[in-house]
Amino acid sequence: MSMKYNRIPVTLKVNRQTKNADIRTADTLLDVLRENFGLTGSKPGCLNGDCGSCTVLIDGCPMKSCIMLGLEAAGREIVTVEGLRGSPVQRAFIENNAFQCGYCTPGFIMNIEGLIRKHPDADDAVIEEWLQSNICRCTSYQEIKAAVYAVLGKETREDHK
Amino acid sequence: MYNIGRSMIRKDAIEKVTGTAKYTADLITADSLHAKLVTSPFAHALVKKIDISAASRITGVQAILTGKEAHTLTGEQIKDRPILAVDRVRYNGEPVAVVIADTLAIAKRAADLIKVSYTPLPVVHSPSQAYQEDAPLVHENLGQYEKIADVYPIPGTNICNVTKIRKGNMEQGWNASAVTAETKISFPPSDHCAIETRSVSAEVLPDGHIIIYSSSQVPFTIKKLFNNIFGIDQGRMTVHTPLVGGAYGGKSAVQLEFIAYLASRAVGGQKVQLTNSREEDFITSPVHIGLDAWVKLGADKNGILQAAEMIFLFDGGAYSDKAVDMSRAAATNCTGPYHIDNVRCDSLCLYTNHPYATSFRGFSHPELTLAIERTLEVLAEKLAMDPVELRGKNAIRPGNTSPTQVVLNESKIGNTRKCIERVAELIDWDEGDRIEVSPHVIRAKGISCFWKNSNIDTNAGSGAILTFNADGTVNLNCGVIEIGTGSRSVLAQIAAERLKIDAQQVFIKMDIDTSVTPEHWKTVASRGLWMAGRAVLAACDDAVCQLKDTASQALRVPREDLDISGGYVFVKNEPKRRLAFKELAYGYVYPNGNAVGGQVIGRGYYTLTGMTFLDPETGKGVPGPDWTVGAQAVEVEWNACDFTYRILRAATVIDAGTIINPELARGQVRGGMHMGLSFASREGFVFDKNGVVLNNQFRTYKVLRYGENPHYTVDFVVTPSRETAYGLRGIGEHAVIGMPAALANSLSRAAGVPLNQLPLTPELIWRAKSGDQV
Repeated sequence: MSMKYNRIPVTLKVNRQTKNADIRTADTLLDVLRENFGLTGSKPGCLNGDCGSCTVLIDGCPMKSCIMLGLEAAGREIVTVEGLRGSPVQRAFIENNAFQCGYCTPGFIMNIEGLIRKHPDADDAVIEEWLQSNICRCTSYQEIKAAVYAVLGKETREDHK
Repeated sequence: MYNIGRSMIRKDAIEKVTGTAKYTADLITADSLHAKLVTSPFAHALVKKIDISAASRITGVQAILTGKEAHTLTGEQIKDRPILAVDRVRYNGEPVAVVIADTLAIAKRAADLIKVSYTPLPVVHSPSQAYQEDAPLVHENLGQYEKIADVYPIPGTNICNVTKIRKGNMEQGWNASAVTAETKISFPPSDHCAIETRSVSAEVLPDGHIIIYSSSQVPFTIKKLFNNIFGIDQGRMTVHTPLVGGAYGGKSAVQLEFIAYLASRAVGGQKVQLTNSREEDFITSPVHIGLDAWVKLGADKNGILQAAEMIFLFDGGAYSDKAVDMSRAAATNCTGPYHIDNVRCDSLCLYTNHPYATSFRGFSHPELTLAIERTLEVLAEKLAMDPVELRGKNAIRPGNTSPTQVVLNESKIGNTRKCIERVAELIDWDEGDRIEVSPHVIRAKGISCFWKNSNIDTNAGSGAILTFNADGTVNLNCGVIEIGTGSRSVLAQIAAERLKIDAQQVFIKMDIDTSVTPEHWKTVASRGLWMAGRAVLAACDDAVCQLKDTASQALRVPREDLDISGGYVFVKNEPKRRLAFKELAYGYVYPNGNAVGGQVIGRGYYTLTGMTFLDPETGKGVPGPDWTVGAQAVEVEWNACDFTYRILRAATVIDAGTIINPELARGQVRGGMHMGLSFASREGFVFDKNGVVLNNQFRTYKVLRYGENPHYTVDFVVTPSRETAYGLRGIGEHAVIGMPAALANSLSRAAGVPLNQLPLTPELIWRAKSGDQV
């Protein structure tokens, strides 16, 4: 028995660069980013959309790249964590100790990048709804909350710090 | 001191927020083949036949291994686990075959085409069932397995380890008790859920050298086990561990490494990558242990504890791995941080047909603590005594003895009582522990205490090497794995403090290469800073000696007359006569070109001292150097109509000794609290009647998500250790330990019914309220 996979050429716009790749039709965007382009900042955590560690921006909206086909991303503006350089969200994550192992961090950061673009005045309910799509297993989320608040210019409780 | 007590930014910060941080599966190379496991759909079954014919015909499949080729028995304590199942599977998810192919897609396709015929066997569903005399045997050949000395399995049963604590005189203890309380607790196995699934690659070079990359807490152990199991010279093997994406104990087990190595050998040594799917990571690789326990406590009429008796039946699952050690650790600290003269504990590790257990943050202490602290609540009620007061009265202190009869001093035990007092303040205990906000909404508080020692190998140790750069900056090389705790950054802070330079001048890489990195035994048991901190101090002292030696020649003064500060070696009596580290780091060069000295290379090591094996009959012995203690509290708001609740806030006060990096320390404690509450409130495997796991994805196994967490408050009591670098104490695991108990205590108080199972779901509370046995 032999297995034939149709590979087709695709052109993707990633982090403001135009890139070509031959991919399988079944390849997810996460596969293409990691395997074709070496952009390993987007992390596999569940491969079914549950954990959010592979989140990237598609035309400015957060998308879990493990549940989007590479082909679907053609013609769209893709931004991965590697496309950020010194963004306020990145700085806030460092200043608020909002990560430990760092594995979920790129996904959280990209989700928050999307959030602040769409909802610069997000209230608690909106922030919660957005950030519930990602899982962090090291921090208590209190640190991530402080980071988001810092970026949005909101106050957090500072007891016993 | 200018590096201690400062919240410096961790050294891996920028790489972690920019996506440049590399984890094991990110390091895949174009020459890698890909492996995919075939796993058992049954919890207990005979493997009748494995048909690989269709799978092997697929183009791109390079090899397929089954138990026939991978039957070697492995296990750190008891060698009871074949690399791939042979003739019989003992848990749902057990690996039975592995396909090695050109791409992962091909490997997956082929794995789906492997046909395995099984004959189901009776399933052992719980440790309590496993303990019964008529229980089916999970390991019929238990008596024939190779094992290490201090593990005590009972052949012909499902008991793979027994630890006994016999302290004092039970009869006297019960006679002195005016009041007794008994509790049974129970919870199923659960999971670590590191977001990075376990990942390895293996390669055998043409000269026989083996290269493993592994997302592991124990790269040095991998080397030792390969030596022990395959007879491979330790010098002929290199284990690389880059950054690890969460571990929590789960990556201290060695499993996929063996499979990947055999897979690589089957394809002529080519590199093979094996990464767990999330579903495999949940059940195929080892899990968080379950427990059934019974505890009885006795106190005199003043509430002073007189006697404690307990039976722990740990759910080790299908293979022993570290569960046998965890059952021993639970015995050593079976009372919690309370002084009790008369103690009897039988802690058993049972084989069941569940996924097998390995270390989980807290190493059996969150588990035993639920049992003790729930019983203390019942005792407090019977005594009509405030639960905080009861705990304060009995808190263990210097001069008392531990269950294994270690005589405690301040350095070993810290100050539990102070932690209790402070946590009661933080949670406003005096305002009331149960308040009816409205007829159906009740706010209630719960408290618990914790302690934990290390329970690791008696000769565990750590090494460190410092190499100076010519400009006087320093590279630190040590074997603590960066699993998220920030330990490597804090070790750099410790080195900077000892060398009296700025921490920015100490560089540390995050990846481990066992061929050149000095060994740190294992990155477990909150012993990273504890042991490596000492090794780093020794290496610094060694380096300073070398700097002073060279300087004493150049400055023509005895070494004893020299001191260091701010990157200089100076003459104590004439501080202006000095040489910068950069003038000494590669040896000193005189104006005429002559040179003395050479590159400064400091080395240091530390090995635990005074640890002993436990007496098999009484448990007497020294299980670790010291205890970190603390107290925790939770406040919940419970709805009496629908039994749902919100966790409003949680507080921890921990005697952490000297705090080296306050922000990282608080992060560790908050993260531990959060993990404890997630575990206690909603985690646990759900098994069907055949022992099959029904929730092996995040959509069915639900962990706490953003916003479901309460507000966390952390405070420290500072009783410096006299043994560690600058008086620090281990804190990585401890904040997990008391949270399940504190949550159970608060909800039991809110609902007015004892809640002694986990997870504490609204359904569980409803069942308890309606008298339904769970």
